[in-house]
Amino acid sequence: MQPKASNRPTLAQIFTAFARIGAASFGGGLVAYLRDALVDEKKWMDEEEFLAALEIGQTLPGLNSVNVSIIAGRHLAGPLGAISAAAGIILPGVLALVVLGLLYDKFRQNPDVAAALAGVAAAAVGLLLQVTLKIGAKQFSNLRDLFFVVATFVMVAFFHVSLPTVLFLVAPVAIILCRPKTQPKP
Amino acid sequence: MSDLVRLLNVFCLLSLLAVGGGRAVLPEMQHETVAVHHWVTDDQFATIYSLGQMALGPNMSMVALIGWQVAGVAGLLVVLVAFYLPSSFLVYGCSYIWDQFKDNPWRDAVQRGMAPITIGLMLAGVHAVGKTACINSDRPLDFNIIASIVALAVAGILIAKHINPVLLMLLGGGVGWFLLRGG
Repeated sequence: MQPKASNRPTLAQIFTAFARIGAASFGGGLVAYLRDALVDEKKWMDEEEFLAALEIGQTLPGLNSVNVSIIAGRHLAGPLGAISAAAGIILPGVLALVVLGLLYDKFRQNPDVAAALAGVAAAAVGLLLQVTLKIGAKQFSNLRDLFFVVATFVMVAFFHVSLPTVLFLVAPVAIILCRPKTQPKP
Repeated sequence: MSDLVRLLNVFCLLSLLAVGGGRAVLPEMQHETVAVHHWVTDDQFATIYSLGQMALGPNMSMVALIGWQVAGVAGLLVVLVAFYLPSSFLVYGCSYIWDQFKDNPWRDAVQRGMAPITIGLMLAGVHAVGKTACINSDRPLDFNIIASIVALAVAGILIAKHINPVLLMLLGGGVGWFLLRGG
C-alpha cells in the first residue's frame, strides 16, 4: 500500500496536511474531512485503502480520527509518518482547548459566563444524543442489538458496573451471537 | 507527583477501553475523575466536555483540560500522552496484523457484536452528562426544564437538518445567558 515514490510526502508535509485537517474541523466530523483531504485532494490513499483504515480504526479502541491518521501516516512514511500525522491532527485542538480553558478559569465565577456555559452544556447533551441516535440507527431497529444496547446502558448508567466488567461480560456473548455461519465445504 | 501517576493510570486504561471512539468511555471517565479521584466536580466535567465540543480537532482532547485542572501543564501533557498513546500503539500494531485476517469472517462478527455495546455506552454517556447539565437535582426546576428543552431542541434540529453543531452550541450559550442567569 506504499504510494509511488514520486507521490511520497515528507514528514513536514504529512504534519502540515494533518494539522490543517485538525484545525479546519470545527465541531466534529473529522473522518469526513480526512477522507476529502487524503483521498480527493492529496491522493495519498485511494477510496478502498481509506475504508480499510477506517474499519480498523473503528474496531479498535481509541478515537476513529486519530486511529485513521496513524494508519494513513504509517502507510505514507512508517513510524515517523504515523507520529507526524497523529501529532498534526491532535495539536491544533489542544492549543484551542488551552485557550478556552484559560478563559474558563478566568471567567467561571462570572454569572453571565456561567449561565452561557450552562446553555452550551445543555446543547452539548443534545448533540451527543443526536450522534448516538444517528450512529445507532441500525442497532435500535434490530431487536437483538437493541437488547445489548439497553443492557449495556442500564448496567453502566444505573448500576454503575465498571466498563472493563461490561466489556468482558457482554462483548463475548454479543460477538458469539454474531459468529460467522459455518460454510459448507466446497 | 502521585497525582500525575494516577492520571497516567486512569487515562491509559480509558484509552484502551475506548472501543468505538472516545464517547464510549464518557461514563467511566466521569466516574473516575469525579467520584473516585475528585479531580473535578460534576459541573466542571460537564463544562469541560462541552468546551471540547466547541474546539477544533478530536473532541475528546478535552481530557487535557482535566489533567490541567489537576496538575497544571504537566498534568495536561501526561493526560494527552496517556489517552492517545496506548490506543495508538495498538492500532499501529494491529494494522499490520489486521491485513492478514482480511477474509476472516470473525472480523465481521467482532464488529457487529461490538456495535450495540458501543451505542449502549454512548447512551450512558448522554445520561452521565445530561444528569449534570439538564436534570440536576441541585438546580431549580425551571433551570432543568429550560436546559432539557435546549438539549432536545438541539438533538431535534440536528436530526432534521445537517448544520454545523458549533453554531447550535453557541446558540445554546445565548439561550443560557438569556434565560439561565440566577438559575
